[in-house]
Amino acid sequence: MGIRTHCFIGLLLAFAGGLAGAEEADQAGMVKVSKGSVLIDRAGKRIPAPVGTPVLGGDKVRTGEDGSVGIGLKDATLLSAGPNSILVIDRFAFDPTTHQGGMSATVKKGTLAVVSGKLAKAAPESVEFHTPTAILGVRGTEFAIEVLDGGEE
Amino acid sequence: MRLLTLLALSLGVAGCTTERIVLLPSQDGRPSALVVRQGGAEQNLTHPYATVARQAGSLNAYTSSPDEVAGRFAPVLAALPARPKSFRVNFLPGGDALAPESVAEFERIKAEIGSHSSPEVVVVGHTDRVGSLRTNDELSLKRAQSVREALIAAGVPAEVIEAYGRGEREPLVPTEDEVDEPRNRRVEISVR
Repeated sequence: MGIRTHCFIGLLLAFAGGLAGAEEADQAGMVKVSKGSVLIDRAGKRIPAPVGTPVLGGDKVRTGEDGSVGIGLKDATLLSAGPNSILVIDRFAFDPTTHQGGMSATVKKGTLAVVSGKLAKAAPESVEFHTPTAILGVRGTEFAIEVLDGGEE
Repeated sequence: MRLLTLLALSLGVAGCTTERIVLLPSQDGRPSALVVRQGGAEQNLTHPYATVARQAGSLNAYTSSPDEVAGRFAPVLAALPARPKSFRVNFLPGGDALAPESVAEFERIKAEIGSHSSPEVVVVGHTDRVGSLRTNDELSLKRAQSVREALIAAGVPAEVIEAYGRGEREPLVPTEDEVDEPRNRRVEISVR
């Protein structure tokens, strides 16, 4: 095998490694509780989200009138959304060795409950929650948010 | 004209949006707080049940109650996942051999895993502060991996277990550098 072929394979491997790494970094958590109608909008598709479904950065989680969902994130943040809710995981990154990273989540409508995790403990300024009109900074916290008559999207 | 319509629309949307943010008592008793930025204003919620509500475009801060929280938030609070359960096993100095008294903990861990429908087991290794940050990162990962192997041997499915090393960053007992503190040579196992 020539040097060029080696280089090419090396590049391919590096590329594949990069892709695998990106995918791993993208998994934000997992659905731990799922009642009634719970759907996730992801990459243009709407998929059902029973217990065990991975949650990714960018996911838009929707619950129906009879629905509620509980999500455990990789940094041990706990989230739940009540009936008729839209919760978006805007972004999530967490390094389990250094506890560096950051996250942002938005409740568009409905109800959200949060128990903050290791990101908020290590670097409170790296964690943000949004409502249609407010930005919340977390200082090691459990809290609940209600958004009535919010926007659909 | 179009501008006016847009303005009216945005005012209308802001006007009919009702939002309420409530700081809840923290179950672990640690002090907690929220900073809420809304428009130009910033509000600090610093005591349990401190609440800020936005109704018809105006902000209202008050102290809520367990009854109001139950009334508004019972379904969402019921959907919160169970808190992670933590377990700890300790190591003999300098290596990845488990201290003998740690073995019994494995049975408790297996029982907890069995009670979850979709368990995740996060195994995090820690070291004392003897040695460099880098060697301790490696040693802590090695300890975590050896516990992972032991859990797999004990019948826990490999695909639900993740192992990480946190090195000397999170000592259980804070010490000066280079102190041989057995309680810091440990692996924490979180079942969630």
